[in-house]
Order: sequence, then structure tokens, then C-alpha cells
Amino acid sequence: MPPALEIDNLDVHYGSVHALRGASLTASPGETVGLIGETGSGKSTLARAVLGLVRASAGRIVVAGQEVTGYSARQWRAQRRRGTVQYVFQDPLRSLDPDLTVEDSIVEPLLIQGRPRREAAARARVYAARVRLDEALLSRLPGELSGGQRQRVAIARALVTDPEVIILDEPVSALDSANRVRTLEFLKELRDSGAALLFISHDLGSVAGVADRIAVLYRGEIVEQGPARAVVNTPEHPYTRLLVGSAPTLRSAAADRAQRAELRALLTYEGKPS
Amino acid sequence: MAPVLRLQDVRIRDNAGGRDVVHRVSFELTPGAVVGIVGESGSGKTMTCRAVLGILPEHFTVTGGTIELLGRDVAGFTGKEWTAQRGSTVSAVFQDPASYLNPSIKVGAQVAEVVRVKKGLRRREARRRAVELLASVRLRDPELVYQQYPHELSGGMLQRVLIAAAIAADPQVLIADEATTALDVTVQAEILDLLADLRERTGLALVVVSHDLAVVAQLCDEVLVMQHGEIVEQGPTSEILYHPQHSYTRLLIAEHESYGLDRFLEAPHAARA
Repeated sequence: MPPALEIDNLDVHYGSVHALRGASLTASPGETVGLIGETGSGKSTLARAVLGLVRASAGRIVVAGQEVTGYSARQWRAQRRRGTVQYVFQDPLRSLDPDLTVEDSIVEPLLIQGRPRREAAARARVYAARVRLDEALLSRLPGELSGGQRQRVAIARALVTDPEVIILDEPVSALDSANRVRTLEFLKELRDSGAALLFISHDLGSVAGVADRIAVLYRGEIVEQGPARAVVNTPEHPYTRLLVGSAPTLRSAAADRAQRAELRALLTYEGKPS
Repeated sequence: MAPVLRLQDVRIRDNAGGRDVVHRVSFELTPGAVVGIVGESGSGKTMTCRAVLGILPEHFTVTGGTIELLGRDVAGFTGKEWTAQRGSTVSAVFQDPASYLNPSIKVGAQVAEVVRVKKGLRRREARRRAVELLASVRLRDPELVYQQYPHELSGGMLQRVLIAAAIAADPQVLIADEATTALDVTVQAEILDLLADLRERTGLALVVVSHDLAVVAQLCDEVLVMQHGEIVEQGPTSEILYHPQHSYTRLLIAEHESYGLDRFLEAPHAARA
């Protein structure tokens, strides 16, 4: 089986800004890959390139064996209609149409594909159940739901087209603890859907528990990637070490104050703008 | 040591909504101590802080209990007394630093203004002191930062500027209410490390408020867990972490154990012990 997503030596420029340099990453069907990076690291740029919203200046993106890097605008439109790559935003209140009921929101991508309404509605119900949305909620508007429920609607809407790749951008950052745990639990189950999940976050702590592999983006480059446990327990790049050492933990920190100060000095020395 | 801040059975009522938003909160803060308050938004943690600062929103009043600053009950404070206390006894930083700075005035001048008003320094001395303060919050080039406008600084740098302004009048208590929530994780750690440094250097007492138990646990001696306006659990940090009694505290801990880095980090640690 080819990887669901293969990114090979990808470069993206915004004018003179080199936002992504030689990024390589693969995700297999059913695999969850955590992409960690801070503001300005290039993580959103990478997501936008996979969605065809920015053009790569070099390198390749292959989705389910199909190279998309050279797609024309029409090919991208067709790809979006098929729903091959889906994107879930941090705040679903902004991504869901406030005037569409939950059911209509989930049905919409299927109707865009030209599926009959009745079939689409039946499928929407199946997916609503998969994300554990109560049937009674299907007729509600997004504004009437809790943050966690809205996030599940957004995920059901993403799943319903049977995508090869789902990009989740900070999917739990806006949720309270109870909903965060519930959503993370259920992201683990999503592996069975066969889609590759690209879980993007600035917070290693929220990704480590669900990701099979983790890639760390720093200033436009993937500086480290590997199995989640290895990246957390034996980080190699100084930035990864600072990232692991900075994540709030309850009982055992990976680094103390002095070690963090040392790593910051080291990274500044290497030219990190402060 | 006499407490610098003491809350006894504090109740806060939302008069418009006709309900109590905080029920019987009590804690004491001695010089150099750190108390943490954990809870979701709406749990009452921010209202508790605002009451301590004398800045409750309209319609909200303290309807029971006492709040003492340096042994004085704040219930009798006039507006003038509050103005004198804020900044000099108790000070605060909040989540969104940019919204507390004037976008059209250089940040250094805004810190110097606090020094002028609160410490009565003349213009030139105030400037010198402001640069010192910017250096004390570990801004790398304080002279340069002094000359910059808020939009020229990152979120982490802005929060440092606000901490500099907050400690300008040498308060004894600093409240950090979700002060690192909007920041990237490495920047959050920088700010938390800075607060720990300030406490050690100056004996500043801290009230650290966060939705994340781990943020609070790193820094605090005592933790209050709040839910729906009530303290559901309160005690020394190690007690809360190792012997949580309330289901909500257990949920907060389970989240980190199942999904956070604790899951990976605890094993080797335990093996060594």
C-alpha cells in the first residue's frame, strides 16, 4: 500500500521568505503523525501546501500515490470535491456554517460530490454515531453545541468523504479538560478509518499521547522525527530538547530551569531571533 | 511570617444574574510563597483574582468573608486607597498582553509612566529605572525594547514588558492569571521560569492561575482546584498530585498521565528511584 501522504523535500517561499525548507514526511494509512512547531515554524504552511492553498517552489507532495504538486486549479477543485484531504480547524465555530444544522453540515460534502440526498443523509447519521454525537443534536445549529460537540461535528464532516488524509490543526487546544480527553480518546479510534492523521500542534504534550510518530518543525525545517516515545525520551536536536523540557508536566520534568536556560542560549547562539 | 494576602470564606455574587459565582474561598499567601488556582473558564478563579485587585466588574460584589492585604481588610478601601494599593502591594498580569498596552506609545515610556506615577521618580530617573526593569525580566536588549512599539514585539516579549510594569512599584503579591496561556510552549516555560526567578530574587509572592494543573504544579507550594465557583480540593501541591480526592482533580491528572508527556517521562524516573 502506498503511503497516504508523502512529502518529499518540500520548499515553500512567500516572496523572499523561505517558509519551508526541504521538508520530508510520510504518513501511512491508519497512522497518526504529530507535527509540532511554534508560531512561524512553517506548520501551517505545510498544511496549506498539502491542501493546495500555497504553491511549492520545490519538492513533491504525493497523496495516495498521486502527485498533487503540479495540479492545475481545476484538478485541485476536483480533488476537494472528492474530499481526499480533509482539514479540521482549531475552532469549529468558525469553520462550520452557523446557519446549517449539524446534519446538513455533515451531509454537505457528500452533496457537493453529487450523491443523492437520501443516501448522503443515511451516511451522515452513521458518521455522527461514529463520533458519538447524539441523534438529537443533528437538528441543532453549531451555536447551540458545546465546543467539544462542535469539534466532533467538524471531524464527522471530515470523515464522511472517506479521506486519505485528515489534517487536524490544534484540534483540542480550545477545549476544556473533559472534552480534551474525550476528543483525544476518540482520535485514537480514528486510526480504524484508514485515513492518515496529521495532527498539528504547538504543544508536544497534547500530541504525544495519540501520535505514532512525531516530526518537529523549527524555523521552516523538520529538525527531528521519529517514534513518539523516542522523540520524547531521547530528543537529539537542541530545539526538541527545549520543547520536551518546556512542556508542562505534573511530576517529572524532562529539564529543569537551568537546563532550559542553557538550551535557550544554545539556540540563540545558533541564530534564533528572540 | 505574617501573610501578605489572606482570603477567608470569600463569596462573590453576580447581582445581575442573581447567583453566587464564588463560594467560600480561603487561602493565605506569605512572602515568597506561591499559591496556584486551577479551573476551567467560568470556575470563579478570575473573579477571585479580580476581587483581590479591587476590580470586580459591575454587578459583581463580595458578599461574604474577608480579603486582607498586609493585614488590612479591603472591604473599607476607598477608590483612592485601592489606587494606592494596586501596583504597590498587589499587581497582576493577564492572558492577552497586547490589550493592556497602548499601541501608539513606545513600551518603555509606558513602563516609565508607571514608575513616575507610582514611585514619584522624575522623568530621567524613571527612564533609567524602566530600562532596569526591562533588563530584570530578561529582555535581551532593554535599551532597544524601550524604544519599540507593542506591535514590534512578540507575545512573549510583551508579557515580559507587562511583568516589568507590574513589578515596577515593588508589589509584594503578583497575580498571573492565565498569563502564559496564549503563548507557545517554550515561551510559556520562559515566562514561568522568570516568575520563579523573581520570587527567588525579590521574595515576591505569587498567585498563579491556570486551566492547566501542570503549569500550576511546577511553580506552586499550594494548589486550589476550583469548579463552578467552589473549591473542590485544596492542599499542598504534592498532596494534590499524589493523593487527589475529587473526581475533577483526578480527571486533570489523568489527562496528563494518559496523553501528556508524563506518560513517557515517569517510567525512567521510577526506574531510577
